[in-house]
Amino acid sequence: MAKVPVQFTLNGSEKAEFVESGTTLLHALRDKIGDTSPKGGCHQGTCGACSVIIDGELRLSCLTLAETCNGADIKTTAGLAEGGMLHPLQRAFLDAFATQCGFCTPGMIMAAKVLLDRMPNPSREDVVEALSGNVCRCTGYEPIIQAVLTAARANSQNAA
Amino acid sequence: MSLALQTFSTVKDANSALQASGTRYLGGGTLVVRAANEGDVSVSSLVRVTEPSLSQITISGGKARIGASVTMAAIARHPELGMIAPAARAVGGPAIRNMATVGGNLFAPAPYGDFAVALLALDASVATEDGEMPIETFLAGRDTGRAVVTAVGFSLPKAETFRFLKVSRVKPKGVSVLSIAALLQRTADGAVTAARIALGCMADRPIRAKAAEKALLGCKLTPEEIAPALAVAGEGITPVTDPIASAWYRAEVLPVHLGRLLLG
Amino acid sequence: MELRKSYFADVRKDGLNEIGQPRPRLDSPGHVTGKTAYFADRNFPGMLHLKMVRSPHHHARIRSIDTSEAEKHPGVVRVLTAKDVPHNVYTILILIQIGPEDETVLADGKVRWKGEAVVAVLAETERAAQEAAAKVKVDYEVLPAVFDMEEALKPGAPIVNEYHGQNYYLYDSGECRKVRFGDVEAGFAQADHILEQSYQSSPIEHAPTETTGCVVAPEGNDRFTCYTNTQAMFFTLDNASIILQMPGSKLHFVGGTVGGGFGGKVDVIVEPIAILAAKLTGRPVCFIYSREEEMQVSSPRAAEKVVIKDGVMKDGRIVARKVTGYTDAGAYSRHSPYGAQKGAAHYPGPYTIPNVWIDTYCVYTNRTPSSAMRGFGVTIGDFALEVQMDKLARLIGMDPLEFHFINAYRDGDMKAHRQPTEGAALIECMQEASRAANWPVAEKYMAISSYGKGE
Ligand SMILES: Cc1cc2nc3c(=O)[nH]c(=O)nc-3n(C[C@H](O)[C@H](O)[C@H](O)COP(=O)(O)OP(=O)(O)OC[C@H]3O[C@@H](n4cnc5c(N)ncnc54)[C@H](O)[C@@H]3O)c2cc1C
Ligand code: FES
Ligand code: FES
Repeated sequence: MAKVPVQFTLNGSEKAEFVESGTTLLHALRDKIGDTSPKGGCHQGTCGACSVIIDGELRLSCLTLAETCNGADIKTTAGLAEGGMLHPLQRAFLDAFATQCGFCTPGMIMAAKVLLDRMPNPSREDVVEALSGNVCRCTGYEPIIQAVLTAARANSQNAA
Repeated sequence: MSLALQTFSTVKDANSALQASGTRYLGGGTLVVRAANEGDVSVSSLVRVTEPSLSQITISGGKARIGASVTMAAIARHPELGMIAPAARAVGGPAIRNMATVGGNLFAPAPYGDFAVALLALDASVATEDGEMPIETFLAGRDTGRAVVTAVGFSLPKAETFRFLKVSRVKPKGVSVLSIAALLQRTADGAVTAARIALGCMADRPIRAKAAEKALLGCKLTPEEIAPALAVAGEGITPVTDPIASAWYRAEVLPVHLGRLLLG
Repeated sequence: MELRKSYFADVRKDGLNEIGQPRPRLDSPGHVTGKTAYFADRNFPGMLHLKMVRSPHHHARIRSIDTSEAEKHPGVVRVLTAKDVPHNVYTILILIQIGPEDETVLADGKVRWKGEAVVAVLAETERAAQEAAAKVKVDYEVLPAVFDMEEALKPGAPIVNEYHGQNYYLYDSGECRKVRFGDVEAGFAQADHILEQSYQSSPIEHAPTETTGCVVAPEGNDRFTCYTNTQAMFFTLDNASIILQMPGSKLHFVGGTVGGGFGGKVDVIVEPIAILAAKLTGRPVCFIYSREEEMQVSSPRAAEKVVIKDGVMKDGRIVARKVTGYTDAGAYSRHSPYGAQKGAAHYPGPYTIPNVWIDTYCVYTNRTPSSAMRGFGVTIGDFALEVQMDKLARLIGMDPLEFHFINAYRDGDMKAHRQPTEGAALIECMQEASRAANWPVAEKYMAISSYGKGE
């Protein structure tokens, strides 16, 4: 089986690996690089648990081939906390009980992060739209929506 | 055998690679990688093209040319494509829209293909290396064609002439029960002079509601005058049955939603 | 949330400091940082992938299985069939003496539902396992199938599961669980009105975000570590020990972190075959359901049918209740005999009714085996009962909430299955609900209590 090189930046550090051609980014991250924060809930694009941020855009790592990411800047939830300090989104998810089994959480946080990066003061509708590709079977979504709105408020207060 | 990806810098090279059996073009991968993940072992080789023109949107002289690799997200945020943005935004959730391409949507089987429905109503042309063809011709032959689609082109509709509706059970991201796009030219007093109506989920690929188009001619968009068009909307349709809806249900609700689109 | 301390002040110990207080979850810091380790986050060098060849038929005899092409497929390490499984026929509840063993780990001679596991393929990559699975040839003779519970109970229906011999679970009480209390026919004779209705539900899939699966690693000393998302760790350990005919001391189970279960992960399905595969190959093995398998193959909540006949007086008292319940177990028992039995105890509802007659059947059909899901055996019953209660109230022209007060059980009342009621708080809950929902009831109902005979 033909191995191909892949090289990208993951959460700020350079990664280089050889993977089999056709390997998804999800597998490359989890099995080769050891970042298991993106989860595989469906491998069909329907659950969003594998969401990562590639060059500033939300993507599904289960449907992205690793070798198409050469040179990309990839971010995952594992890289969000800086120096042990939780990111405001992480803090808000924790405080709002927005995580139960936790399986959807890393993907939810990625979807919420691209939203807040682009739109610091989203409306509730904006949040619902931004999370619409991410499935949560535990919380009923409301705590998650509240967490994202809370994080947005915390961000804008810090900025002020 | 595993799945292997070949990357080419020109469409020409990709086209020759696509002739090999078990080979498919890779757009955004939302359908083709998904199929591989789900155990479809019929595809063993994927081909992609990095030619920059495939990712470009050009607007000039009232015409739009959208490269096949352009994503739904790129269309949705393009300042000059506002009138068809609703059809691009109707596809999937945010991550899917960042990946799903125009080229791939042309091949998406029902219940997918919402954007292609809009393109069909717009009478778009589909370009390959061999030239351009009307989207209807393209859709009819899409199962056997093996050439890379390079772009779609269409005349920009005036905002008030183009309407799009996607009906889904889950909001905001559900898969289509059906989708409808309509391009309507009207006289100053509102009578329809030309109509192109395209339907999604009413066959395995987008189709036109030709009987309804005809019945609309000369009509004003009032409940009474559009009634004959609604009555024949289901002519020639064979809706799909899937976990979203049955063929029976789709056929039953089509006139209702077409009515809402026309009166809306 | 407000904790009403006035209720039951004399019977409740008042050292409650935690109830009513939000407390941070211990596991949420791991969840929000992506550090929580789910079973699939374990990765071992040389790990094999297990893919299951499944029955495309609802009911069929297996004439032959040919795995030769699959075995030759590049990357394939081993192909397993029924004969490889030491104790292939099992049933989960055998641990609490609810038999007979009626389910195969890998199908042997017959398949009884569409999706049943027939052959397990082990390969170096997922793709190779999928390709090889497509090359396994199974020759089936399709048999007539039955999908409807009442059809299945008719004489002459195709027999779904020969280990039972008939299409219902045989309780010690016979073809169904029975509750007999008072004289139900006398109750109907006395009633002012009789209402008979039937209620029905379809199977419901839990659809957890994390699919069912496990990762097994040989420890090198004849012992195996199984990382699993089971919700029933010890059931799984003990059943694996029976199926594999291995002492439990050889099996090291690591779990507790479940990416959503809702009852759907209490069956013992993936672990025994994955451990067997690790044992026979000497390699780590992962067996993870695809999303499609999770939706189609994992047990759903059972389809149920509940027929309720009630006799009610004009003054609001229910004087007789007759219930026949059917639980669709699908092709195998799993937890359904227990679910159907729970229904038998539950159908009178939290109401005191002097004459009760209940039969509940656990029925076998050629559908996906059903099993536990949040309150299984009672949830659908509660839906049926509460719709029935509202219909009864409407029938006699009474406010539905007042109708509930009249029939609510209270401490000391004898329940139909002959357990005296203890610690009932239904009346108090309804009083609070009446206030909270702004649905006033007559003052006399606000004055009664569950444990004094007010009124
Ligand atoms: C969770 C989810 C939700 C979705 N929701 C929707 C929805 O709401 N509406 C909708 O319309 N679709 C939906 N889709 C389907 C799909 O994402 C879109 O149809 C998308 O536009 C397909 O494009 P792609 O680039 O990802 O296609 P790919 O998967 O890359 O390709 C699909 C097919 O088209 C062929 N192909 C692609 N590009 C070309 C080309 N340039 N030339 C020749 N052949 C080509 C490929 O070979 C392949 O056979 C959804 C998919 C998922 C996974
Ligand atoms: S695993 Fe990628 S969307 Fe579910
Ligand atoms: S917390 Fe369990 S799926 Fe969201």
